[in-house]
Amino acid sequence: MNMKRTLVVVSLLLGIAALAAAQGQVLLNAAGATFPYPIYSKWFDVYHTAHPNVQINYQSIGSGGGIRQLQAGTVDFGASDGPMSDEQLSQSKFKILHFPTVLGADVPSYNIPGVSGELNFTQKALAGIFLGTITKWNDPEIAKANSGVNLPANDIVVIHRSDGSGTTYIWTDFLAKVSDDWKNKVGKAGTSVNWPVGLGGKGNEGVAGLVKQTPNSIGYIELVYAAQNGIAFGKVQNAAGKFVKADLAGVTAAAAGAAKDMPADFRVSITNAPGATAYPVSSFTWLLIPAQIQDAAKRDAIKGFLKWMLTDGQGYNEGLTYAKLPKAVIDQELKAISLIQ
Amino acid sequence: MSAATTTMRREVPPKSGLRAFIDRFKGGDEIAHLITLIAAAGILLITILLVMELWRTSYLSRSKFGWMFFWTKVWDANFDDFGAAPFIYGTLVTSAIALIIAVPLGLASAIFLSELAPKKLSDIVSFLIDLLAAVPSVIYGLLGIFIVVPLMRTTLGPALKSVFGFTPLFSGPNYGVGFLTAGIVLAIMVVPFIISVSREVLMTVPREQREAALALGATRWESTWKVVVPWARTGIMGSIFLALARALGETMAVTMVIGNNPKITASLFAPGYTIASVIANEFTEATGNLYLSALIELGLVLFLMTFILNGMARLLIVATERGGGRPA
Repeated sequence: MNMKRTLVVVSLLLGIAALAAAQGQVLLNAAGATFPYPIYSKWFDVYHTAHPNVQINYQSIGSGGGIRQLQAGTVDFGASDGPMSDEQLSQSKFKILHFPTVLGADVPSYNIPGVSGELNFTQKALAGIFLGTITKWNDPEIAKANSGVNLPANDIVVIHRSDGSGTTYIWTDFLAKVSDDWKNKVGKAGTSVNWPVGLGGKGNEGVAGLVKQTPNSIGYIELVYAAQNGIAFGKVQNAAGKFVKADLAGVTAAAAGAAKDMPADFRVSITNAPGATAYPVSSFTWLLIPAQIQDAAKRDAIKGFLKWMLTDGQGYNEGLTYAKLPKAVIDQELKAISLIQ
Repeated sequence: MSAATTTMRREVPPKSGLRAFIDRFKGGDEIAHLITLIAAAGILLITILLVMELWRTSYLSRSKFGWMFFWTKVWDANFDDFGAAPFIYGTLVTSAIALIIAVPLGLASAIFLSELAPKKLSDIVSFLIDLLAAVPSVIYGLLGIFIVVPLMRTTLGPALKSVFGFTPLFSGPNYGVGFLTAGIVLAIMVVPFIISVSREVLMTVPREQREAALALGATRWESTWKVVVPWARTGIMGSIFLALARALGETMAVTMVIGNNPKITASLFAPGYTIASVIANEFTEATGNLYLSALIELGLVLFLMTFILNGMARLLIVATERGGGRPA
């Protein structure tokens, strides 16, 4: 009898303990962009070590998939390389907030036999090359920014991404901003567009591989990928007229230039940003968070993570060659966290 | 045969209900019947569900573009204008190139392995060929990028151009990637299927058939080409259509070497695009509803193409069956 009672008490206590442990444990599911995946998985991992009760499971299925899963309510938050359009936001059943996390940039990489130095690309030259209106390497628009370089009279082979990607979004956003011809013919920024010319390579590695193999070619690749693989690339003319070689500081400078008139919802393009040192082909990448989260534990976990990501988390960026957010943007975002309810 | 046995068993005068059932159950016939029936019905169900889901989710695109989807040559996510024509063209052209190369090559090797080679050699080689059929397609894609593409740009392409350059098929700039390269890589991928299945089929041709031909004074080659191959024709056709199915649906290897440009160009050197590649490339980042729907409709089109080509294959087999060869 006594034995039985003890057993009951012990099992009850065990049950309560298990329940308490289960309640303290918060599992968040997220899905979306592939470009920031390395830094996100690092962040989620480090955050979980520091806060063992919060576990974030991120699937890098692409921005489109991330947005769709968030709208369908199958994930707790999403991630996207391009901001959601007004149309997409109005189609959602609930309000979605954008939080910039890190910055990325695209660089032009080329392979011209006999040319080894760094080339300077004017905005007009890049737009013309990718539109197919500039077809030879010795075109005056390219030559005038590269005096002293002996450019051959060969046909330019344009190489772009074949898979839908945030890299293409940044590149086309830049081209649409600097060239009216591009805007009229190809249209606004997109993760995949109707390219007037060129060959498509799959992924950064596909584009880089085709550029390396094909004489007289040019393609755009992510700065992260170029840096990690030691791929040479050219300078791009920014809004101030300066030729800038992409690096992390230049990308952050572009974001700082754009931060002055940052909209309240953070949906901003920072390509061709003002500032003498700003690198013009850069962009934020965003976390997409529902404005209303019913589950209090999940809400606190997400808010806690955002706060950490904007402060301590930013310290992990440069090790993985992502550019840090500028301070002004971080301050604005820290205030915006309170919008999550 | 299993069905016949079942009916025979059922004709045995019934014992009491439950006992009889348990008896039949123990015999295994009922259970085998049930399991195989479920398996067969499952396959049918999966196919039907697949088509229904593709049909349902492609509604937006179907209602907007209608039949024009098949003829439109534009694929533009920015302006929400979608057409399947360049992808259908690319899929058909690359598969055709693949078969033109792979069928003679595969059939010739199968004949050699089954009819002429010593048995030991034949067994070793066919073991290796079966291994080839299991290589993941991304490996073939890498092979394409590192070997076929440079070869096409520097050697094969210029050679073809100098001989056939006067035809539109082999003119225009040669980047190394394009229809022809994709077709060649596909041919390498599907040839093991043709060899493996054809060899098995050729080996099942009864010995008497060969001996009869030889007894009538045929040479070894005549007996092979005029008796053995026609006898195995249905099976060989089957192997070719298995190869075609793989070529039509191949995604990864094609994407890596075709250039991914949705244009309809006569030149085989030009970059192109296939249905499977564009779906693989763009599905993950397709954010617009119509865009997604158009990609799914492309999947439906590929299904339809496979269906039609398979139907044509069946008809072809039936038609050639009448011309003699293997007795019915």
